[in-house]
Amino acid sequence: MKKITLPMTKEQLKALQAGDSVLLSGTIYTARDCAHRRIFELLDAGMVPPFTLEGAFIYYAGPCPAPQGKATGSCGPTTSARMNAFAPRLLDLGLGGMIGKGEMNEAVRAALVKNGGVYFAAIGGAGAFYANAVKRSELVAFPDLLSEAIYKFEVEDFPLVVAMDSHGTSIY
Amino acid sequence: MKGNSMRILDTKEIENCVYRLARQAGLRLTDSCRTALKEAELLEGGAARFALSTVLENERIAQREGMPVCQDTGMSCVILELGQEVSLSGMPIADAVNEGVRRAYEDGNFRKSICDPLTRVNTGDNTPAHLHIDIVEGDNVFVTFLPKGFGSENMSRLNMLTPAEGVEGIVNTIVETVKIAGSRPCPPIVVGVGIGGSFDGCALLAKKALTREIGSSNARADVAAIEREALEKINALGIGAQGFGGKVTALSVLCEIAPTHIAGLPVAVNIQCYCVRCEKEVL
Repeated sequence: MKKITLPMTKEQLKALQAGDSVLLSGTIYTARDCAHRRIFELLDAGMVPPFTLEGAFIYYAGPCPAPQGKATGSCGPTTSARMNAFAPRLLDLGLGGMIGKGEMNEAVRAALVKNGGVYFAAIGGAGAFYANAVKRSELVAFPDLLSEAIYKFEVEDFPLVVAMDSHGTSIY
Repeated sequence: MKGNSMRILDTKEIENCVYRLARQAGLRLTDSCRTALKEAELLEGGAARFALSTVLENERIAQREGMPVCQDTGMSCVILELGQEVSLSGMPIADAVNEGVRRAYEDGNFRKSICDPLTRVNTGDNTPAHLHIDIVEGDNVFVTFLPKGFGSENMSRLNMLTPAEGVEGIVNTIVETVKIAGSRPCPPIVVGVGIGGSFDGCALLAKKALTREIGSSNARADVAAIEREALEKINALGIGAQGFGGKVTALSVLCEIAPTHIAGLPVAVNIQCYCVRCEKEVL
């Protein structure tokens, strides 16, 4: 499997093709339904989001609490389609792409093409497996959301499949 | 009434049982699920096979490290079949069940996934459990714990068909629901189907169907035929594990049936992801 490391340039992202299996390392940010709503509230109020969107990757996930000695608890992907309403605007603001599970819609596909972004699929239901690939975790924002808070993960060899590439091709 | 033959059971025992089952359920798949996934792995290639091997490896890691197999440790569905010769003492039964859930989710480092539907404020301890109680004969208490993830629950549907739509309509409804769900509910899925009953009773039948062993058949031949036909048509859709394409989109279709009204044909389709976790115990 091809190894890739974030941050990636637009050219590097363009080289990824739907269907490629990759092992991803680097920094990603967890966010799901509630965190997205909060980010949008900040953006609507003209404020900055809790992390720099430019080139960043969002991981659609809500981890379990970390057991002692672990960076995180189980942390597989959640269903990405619930974030269809949020992804295009974030991609327009510079987001590099997303990681989740399952298909996303036409608006997301178009936004990926327009902005040179990539959507990766992680293997749903593999929470313990992915937790072992998270080396460090840091709370970034919205602690009151518990598992839905934004965490910064440093990951090593996260196994993913390129689900939608920057050329408009989708595996679904 | 033979009052002196009643068995007295302290609800603390039910609390402790729910605690045990919840802790176990979070960390492992059912035996029939694991077997079905291994069979599916052999049938598939490419990304679908990779997804299936990963989820089997994931369970081994979860067991070894005492971590939940899936971060969605679910809404806690508890089904109690309470023998009518049992007299309960101690705290109210719903409190006992919730206390078992609360302790298990805290001690197990499970995710707390229950919130107010409008404010979205988390209850913080995964309660309340979804508790269903049936009164049955005898003096046993059968406890079933099904942590239900919502990636798959979200793709479930209840359909009020007309009697004229018949078996063909039932099969089409099941297959159409799975088709619409596509890659989203973590296929290969298990499909729990309720046929008949009332609006609410039909949905409950579908949920109860999900507590059956994967690959088992309904005792009624005509119902088992619906299970087989629907499974065959679902697997012809080609969705495959995680929607990566493949021969196995569903591991099993499990139908439960109940008498309904002469004017109706309710069909509930409750989708379960491939992380089937379900634990049972008799008290």
